[in-house]
Amino acid sequence: MGDWQQAGSPRRGLREGEVRIPSGCAIAAIMDRTGARHNGKDICRSIALMHDRSNGLGGGFAAYGIYPEYAELYAFHVLYESHEARMATESYLNEHFLCEKQERIPTTPVKGIKNPPDSWRYFLTPHPSRHDLEFGEFDEAEYTMQCVFHINARINGAFVASSGKNMGAFKGVGYPEEIGEYYRIDEYKAWLWTAHGRFPTNTPGWWGGAHPFTLLNWSIVHNGEISSYDTNRRYVEQFGYDCALQTDTEVITYLFDLLVRRHGFSQEMAAHIMAAPSWDAIDRMEPSLGAFETALRCTYSDCLVNGPFSVILGSEEGLLALNDRLKLRALMVGEKGSMVYLASEQASIELVCPDVENVRSIEGGVPFVVQLDEVARKKAAASFENQPDLKPSVQFTGVMPAENKRGEA
Amino acid sequence: MLDYVYPRYKVLRDADQCIKCGVCERSCANEVHRVDNDLGRVVADHMKCVNCQRCVVMCPTRALSIVEWPQVGNGSNNWTLSAMQDIARQAQTGAVLLSSMGNPQHYPIYWDHLLLNASQVTNPSIDPLREPMETRVFLGGRPGALKVNERDRTVVSPMPPRIKLDVPIMFSAMSFGSISLNAQKALAMAAQELGTYFNCGEGGLHADLERFGDRAVVQVASGRFGVDMHYLETAAMIEIKIGQGAKPGIGGHLPGEKINAEVSRTRMIPQGTDAISPAPHHDIYSIEDLRQLVFSLKEATRYTKPVAVKIAAVHNVAAIASGMARAGADVIVVDGFRGGTGAAPKRIRDNVGIPIELALASVDARLRDEGIRSRVSLVAAGSMRSSADVVRAIALGADAVYCASAALIALGCHQCQDCASGRCNWGIATQREDLTRRLNPEIAAERVVNLVHAWTHEIKEIMGGMGINAIDSLRGNRLMLRGVGLNEKELEILGVKYAGEQ
Amino acid sequence: MKRIYAIENWCIDCKRCEVACKAFHSSYRDAVKAYQLEDETAFERVRVEGGLMRSVAVNCRHCAHPKCVEGCISGAMRKDPVTGVVTSDPDKCVGCRTCVSMCPFGCVRVEPAGVKAIAIKCDLCGDGAGEPGEPRCVAACPNRALIYVESEGC
Repeated sequence: MGDWQQAGSPRRGLREGEVRIPSGCAIAAIMDRTGARHNGKDICRSIALMHDRSNGLGGGFAAYGIYPEYAELYAFHVLYESHEARMATESYLNEHFLCEKQERIPTTPVKGIKNPPDSWRYFLTPHPSRHDLEFGEFDEAEYTMQCVFHINARINGAFVASSGKNMGAFKGVGYPEEIGEYYRIDEYKAWLWTAHGRFPTNTPGWWGGAHPFTLLNWSIVHNGEISSYDTNRRYVEQFGYDCALQTDTEVITYLFDLLVRRHGFSQEMAAHIMAAPSWDAIDRMEPSLGAFETALRCTYSDCLVNGPFSVILGSEEGLLALNDRLKLRALMVGEKGSMVYLASEQASIELVCPDVENVRSIEGGVPFVVQLDEVARKKAAASFENQPDLKPSVQFTGVMPAENKRGEA
Repeated sequence: MLDYVYPRYKVLRDADQCIKCGVCERSCANEVHRVDNDLGRVVADHMKCVNCQRCVVMCPTRALSIVEWPQVGNGSNNWTLSAMQDIARQAQTGAVLLSSMGNPQHYPIYWDHLLLNASQVTNPSIDPLREPMETRVFLGGRPGALKVNERDRTVVSPMPPRIKLDVPIMFSAMSFGSISLNAQKALAMAAQELGTYFNCGEGGLHADLERFGDRAVVQVASGRFGVDMHYLETAAMIEIKIGQGAKPGIGGHLPGEKINAEVSRTRMIPQGTDAISPAPHHDIYSIEDLRQLVFSLKEATRYTKPVAVKIAAVHNVAAIASGMARAGADVIVVDGFRGGTGAAPKRIRDNVGIPIELALASVDARLRDEGIRSRVSLVAAGSMRSSADVVRAIALGADAVYCASAALIALGCHQCQDCASGRCNWGIATQREDLTRRLNPEIAAERVVNLVHAWTHEIKEIMGGMGINAIDSLRGNRLMLRGVGLNEKELEILGVKYAGEQ
Repeated sequence: MKRIYAIENWCIDCKRCEVACKAFHSSYRDAVKAYQLEDETAFERVRVEGGLMRSVAVNCRHCAHPKCVEGCISGAMRKDPVTGVVTSDPDKCVGCRTCVSMCPFGCVRVEPAGVKAIAIKCDLCGDGAGEPGEPRCVAACPNRALIYVESEGC
């Protein structure tokens, strides 16, 4: 596996991260509100039906509830281009985390999949000795996130595909059904599956760029090209997020993380902020509601996501689907009992649930939220006020004046 | 002493077209034209012509045009005619050369090196005639995060005061005294109609304009003219003027002859005395002093109005802007060196300061590096010539722009740069009653409204092409810009890629 | 009917109204020809009175009960019963100046035109003389010191 980089085409084009690659896509999700777990067969069939919406240059799945035995540990799925990359990453992980278990992710050779990277998983907990060193007040999630950023940005040939608890992302270069077969997703059981088939205009050239994009417990599958990308990117970068991949999905994930985890909003409110009502609509509201919406739009105007998009956000709470305000991308939803199905095309829902009910399209700009029953119960009892955590993002404060002096020393 | 200065312009009169009606004679406050009954034709004193083009526009038969004085230079790029004429003028008078309006020299105009993006295939462009296209902007401080009650849909944490602009274009500061009351009135009326704001400048707010108070940004400048509680309370926003792009580091001097009864009352100074704005605020010698003034004004107005601070774009503008944000300014206004003025020493105007494009890009980037960009609003000023310049400014990082020269041009200004003489034939930069009467505010306001409406339509078209339907998503969206004819350093400061780069 | 009103505050004494009026009422309908060829029939019917500091364009009011019509001895001066426009027929006019002395606003002049003198006054020119429309003086005014607006009485 160590010769992954050299194998295949000798030409190395610009990789994602060096270049911004627009993509069209297919997305799908299946969730059981009760938390009962199902294997990955249906999601694979569902996304496979939309074969023509992807072009074999990216596919993937996110699954929630697959590691119940390690539910309290961060499950890292890491892709390696080389043995050296794995050595460097593991030594970094050993320094920063206690590792409960590590193993190669089981795979099956698939005809369409060429030169797969070496994929490993680790079940981790932040290293106790780090608690006081790095942060005055230890924020486990923030710490883990910064470690993920470090590996993805600094360790050559390694990429953290997912880093949440009791969840994982399985993704790579190929059609989604091939990726599903490759990772043997029919052997995992999850209460929420999301899937993505990608149609990038250019060769992303690497596995990490496939979707779902994940961060901690977040996973995002996204269809669209957001025109507000740089506004959103430059906003989140103020708060320590590193938009290394230059993808829409990445920046949308960071927006959710910032608004939900740091500013304390519900996922629904975060989505509402990102697809805010129009000023025309706000002007027609009664004054108190108008003032509320105006305050949100003013404070979070940089979070407005513009351009065509349909996204499905997965998390430990459930799923959230959102379309842009103008509804420029397709996304359908259907229900049957405790099951909820989402897909870019209705046929993909009917294929796996022929007697599906209440099929409709997701409305533009209106978040569609499905929570685990247990989560919904808990939320109903919780406070409706958010508690923003406005600690400044961690900045290196040294004793030396400038970068060049550090270089000399 | 024989004056070595010769005319700058020559009036060309087409004898075939001239009907000797005398409209030109009556239109020129510089007394260039004269119907000569002995000669039976109209004659011109070219020396007096400032090229304001009032006569060209007024002539009923299009008989007039103005050309450069047809004097050939010596071929030197160094000792140009204008360089030598400046010397001749100073040798004659021993005085500092005065001029007006923005820096006209051959410095790069970066706007013209920034191209805009549009959607193709992967992302649909949006038709502004079919879909809502939002240009509304709020200026003022913003909290880093908002605390709300999600069930009741109410705001729990207080929102700082802010002003609402329906278009991201305001009219920059021009004081009563430097421009006529009719010109100010026109801008105030236009601002009201457009849902934006005019800035009364540092010369106080004339009683006639108080009814436009909710559309007024009032300045507190180093001369403190016209500042009292009533003034602060009337305004929508208060702006502390530290500097001006056309003349960074220089104060102002409105000569006594321009201080008539109305100007005197509005500025709260005796009639006929010179109105002198000191170069610095004598209570602001450092950043901590600025903080005191900012909070004095906030205290005085009970924290109900945003306080802006305006500076000229100078070399360390980014660091200063960051300090201003930390000193409590809600809105940071940066004025580039092509910004206009009623009067400035020519050497200062032509040589001091930096382009707004670079200043804006570096201020925005610095505020982001400091993680405070989303706490403040940023307004760019200093020559926005078209809607495309406005779009570029917003994409570089501005919340809104201040526009004055373009608005004056809509009123008739032809940028002759002779504001200081007080003989503005268009009735703008003058207090002479026969001249100010030429500017009917009703017409003038209509023209400014037309201009801004036209620009707004164009901005919406451009945004639609980019696939953006709210101006929020254009702000700081530098991916929508690509550079041409720029070097690596310029691209780095502007934070844009070169055309052809992905 | 719509009438022309002069707004003293905005009159800037440029006299473009006079030029436009004279040009339109010359047989050439062209300013250059009207002035340069010394057209005998070309007269401006509006006159700007006053000077640089205070001026106003003096123009016929097309009164509801025009004194000039009342006093006209030859039947040349006539108020159109439909449009309300007061005009003087040059063929019928004998140049007696009664209208000049009767007009309370000083808006009628008598000028020599060929073999006789005739009364000259505003005809509220529209598409043609005597047909109401946007009068030329109003169109030529750069400062809205002349406005053409609906007013009471006919």
